Amino acid sequence: MALEKQRFDTLILGAGGAGLNAALQLANADLKVAVVSKVFPTRSHTVAAQGGVNAALANVLPDNWHWHMFDTVKGSDYLGDQDAIEYMCREAIPTVYELEHNGVPFSRLSNGKIYQRAFGGQSQNFGGEQAVRTCAAADRTGHAILHTLYQQNIRAKTHFYDEYFAVDLIKDDEGVVLGALVLNIATGEPLLIESKTTLLATGGCGQVFRTTSNAHINTGDGMAMALRAGLPLMDMEFFQFHPTGIAGKGMLITEGVRGEGGYLINQDGDRFMEKYAPNAKDLASRDVVSRSIVTEVRDGHGCGPEADHVMLKVNHLSEDVIAKRLPGIRESARIFAGVDPVKEPIPVFPTAHYVMGGIPTDRFGRVMPTSEDNGAHLPGLYAAGECACASVHGANRLGGNSLLDILVFGRLAGHNIIDYVKDNGAHRPLNEAAVEQAMGRLQRWRTKGEGLTVSQLRNEFRKTMEDHAGVFRVEEMMAEGVEKVRQIREKLGDVRLTDHSSTFNTNRTEALELENMIDVGLSIAVSALHRKESRGAHSRPDYPKRNDAEWMKHTLYWNEGDKLDYKGVRVQPLTVERFPPQERVY
Amino acid sequence: MIIQDSDPSNIARLRWQCRRGMLELDVLLEAFLKQHYVALSPRLKRHFVQLLELPDPIIHAWCVQGQQPEDEAFAELIASIRATRVA
Ligand SMILES: Cc1cc2nc3c(=O)[nH]c(=O)nc-3n(C[C@H](O)[C@H](O)[C@H](O)COP(=O)(O)OP(=O)(O)OC[C@H]3O[C@@H](n4cnc5c(N)ncnc54)[C@H](O)[C@@H]3O)c2cc1C
Repeated sequence: MALEKQRFDTLILGAGGAGLNAALQLANADLKVAVVSKVFPTRSHTVAAQGGVNAALANVLPDNWHWHMFDTVKGSDYLGDQDAIEYMCREAIPTVYELEHNGVPFSRLSNGKIYQRAFGGQSQNFGGEQAVRTCAAADRTGHAILHTLYQQNIRAKTHFYDEYFAVDLIKDDEGVVLGALVLNIATGEPLLIESKTTLLATGGCGQVFRTTSNAHINTGDGMAMALRAGLPLMDMEFFQFHPTGIAGKGMLITEGVRGEGGYLINQDGDRFMEKYAPNAKDLASRDVVSRSIVTEVRDGHGCGPEADHVMLKVNHLSEDVIAKRLPGIRESARIFAGVDPVKEPIPVFPTAHYVMGGIPTDRFGRVMPTSEDNGAHLPGLYAAGECACASVHGANRLGGNSLLDILVFGRLAGHNIIDYVKDNGAHRPLNEAAVEQAMGRLQRWRTKGEGLTVSQLRNEFRKTMEDHAGVFRVEEMMAEGVEKVRQIREKLGDVRLTDHSSTFNTNRTEALELENMIDVGLSIAVSALHRKESRGAHSRPDYPKRNDAEWMKHTLYWNEGDKLDYKGVRVQPLTVERFPPQERVY
Repeated sequence: MIIQDSDPSNIARLRWQCRRGMLELDVLLEAFLKQHYVALSPRLKRHFVQLLELPDPIIHAWCVQGQQPEDEAFAELIASIRATRVA
C-alpha cells in the first residue's frame, strides 16, 4: 500500500509546554500547523510540574530580570551561555503575562497580582536575601499551562495527531529537514508528514536510568532522532539527580521530609550523612547527599535483599507531624514502596530528574549542527524544551527555570518559524531514499523468531546506566560503562517482539523507544567519561574541582563513531556586563 | 463499532492510555490494568475507561493522594486501584 502523505507549513513533534506554546504562535499567525504526540497532549510530562515557573515580576518582594539572570548563571556553574540566559530572564516576564492573558489560572495574591513562591537558588541583589520568583497555579502549574495552551490551540485550529509516534526525521541531500515519518499507534500505519519547518519538542529522557522521577514517555526520542539525522547533542553529561526517590521505582520523596527531621540510615542503622557532611548532615546539597547514598551502597552497606538502597527514617516523627507537614508522603510510600512511614523507614535511592543537555540551539530555537560558534544553523529545523539545549541551565538547572525554558523558547521558536516560512514558502522535493531508510526502522521490527525481549534488554541497559553513568562517576567504572552500553547497542539486533499485532502495539512502541534510549544513553556515558572535572551536576571524585581553565566549554557528541568535540561558553551577555566565574557556594 | 471488554485490542488501547504524564500514574494504572482489569464487572470496566479520560492531577488526587472522588460512582474503582500491589 502506498505511504500516506500530508503537508503542513510546520510540523511540531511533541505537545508539552514547549510544543504547544510554539504551535499557538504559529496557528495564531494562520500557518498550517501539525502537532504530533505519542500520548494525548495534556498527558505530556509537563503536567507533572507542580512547583511553578520563574519570572521576576516582583509581586511579593523586589526583583528584576538581572538578578534572575545572575542566579541562573551561578546555578549553571558558569556553563550556561550568558546571552541566552539574559534573553530568557528578560522574556520570562512577557511570557508569563501572555500565558495569563491566554487564560492560565495563576493563583492570586490578595492584591490580585499573580502569586509567587520562593524556591532554592533565588536571590535579590546578586546573591543577597532570598527572592520570591516562582509563579504558580496552586500545585498544578504544569497542568494549568498545558490545559490552557491545548484549548487555545484547538481554538486556533492547530491540527493534532494524537497517539502518533515520531519515528525519524526526513532530510534531503543538502541536509535540509523535510518533515518526519510518524506511526499511527492505533492502527500501526505509517504516515509521512512533509513540512517547511520542523520543531523538535519531545521532552526529556529520564527513562535511560533505572531510577527516575520521569514518566514512562520520557525516552529521549527527539534527541535520538537528531543523532540519527547526523546532529550532535550538547552537554549530555549534565543530569540532575534528586537524592531521595523511592528505591527501584523513582517517585520523588520531597526534600521537606529531611527538613522536618527525617534522616538517612544504612544497613546497620547508622546515620551515615554524619560521616560525609558533619555539619549539614541530611540537609547537605542534593549532589552531596546523592553521592553519599551511592557510596554507602557501593561499599556494601545498602539495605534490602540486593543491598541496593538506603532507608529514609521518619518513624521517629509523630503520626501527627507526618500527616500535617508531609501530606502525600505517607500515601506515596504506602502505595509505591509498600511501607507505612509512620511505622517503618522508606527505601530510597537517587532518582534521575532532569537533563540539562540536549539538541544544541541558538536563542531562537534554531538547531546548530557544528562546533563552530559562527551562527551557523540548520535551515528550517528547530528544537525547544527539555529535548533542546539553548544552554540556559549549563551544568545545573534551578527549580522553576525549566518550565520557563520550555515556554520562552517554544514561543520564540514559533516567532522565528513564522519569519522563516514567509521567506521559504515552498515545500522542497521529497527525498525517497531517506523515506525508505526511516521505513526500514519500522520494518526491522517485523522480523519474527526467538530472541531477547524488549524488557530484558531495557532492564539491563537502565541498570548499566545507573551503575556506570549515574551519580557516582570515576574513570574506570565509567569506561567500563561505555563498553557495556556499546555491547547493549549490539544486542539490539537480537531483540524480537513478542507481539506483532498492529493495533496499539505497545511492544513495538517500546522497542522503538529502547533504540532511542540506547543512543541517548551512550551520549551521556561518553560525554561524562571525557569531562575530567566536577561542575554542577557532573561530579567526579577523581577530579573533584571545577577547572575553568580547561573545561569552561560545551561538550558536543555525535553518534557516528561516538565522536566528541567542544565549543566555548558564550560569556558575553546581550546588554549587560558578564558575570565572571566565582566559586559556587550557597 | 462496538468494542468488547475482553477484546485484546481494547486492552492494548487501554494499556497505552495508562501512559500518563506522571510516573506515579504510569506505575499504578499499568499494574492495575494487568492484575485486575479483566476480572472487573462491566460497570467497573466502564468506570476505568472513563477514569482514563480524566486529567492526570485528578486521577493523582484520587488514586495516589487518597482524596474522595466527588462522583460516588468512582469510589469503588478508586479503592481497588489504591489497593493494587506495585511494590
Ligand atoms: C516530577 C517533576 C516535577 C517537575 N516540576 C517542575 C517545576 O515545578 N517547575 C519547572 O520549571 N520544571 C519542573 N519539572 C521539569 C519540567 O516539567 C520539564 O522539564 C518540562 O515539562 C518539559 O517540557 P517539554 O515541553 O520539553 O516536554 P514534555 O512536557 O515532556 O512533552 C514532550 C512531548 O513530546 C511527545 N513525544 C515524545 N516523544 C515522541 C515521539 N517519539 N513521537 C511523538 N511524540 C513524542 C510527548 O507525547 C509529549 O507531548 C519537573 C519535572 C518532574 C519530573
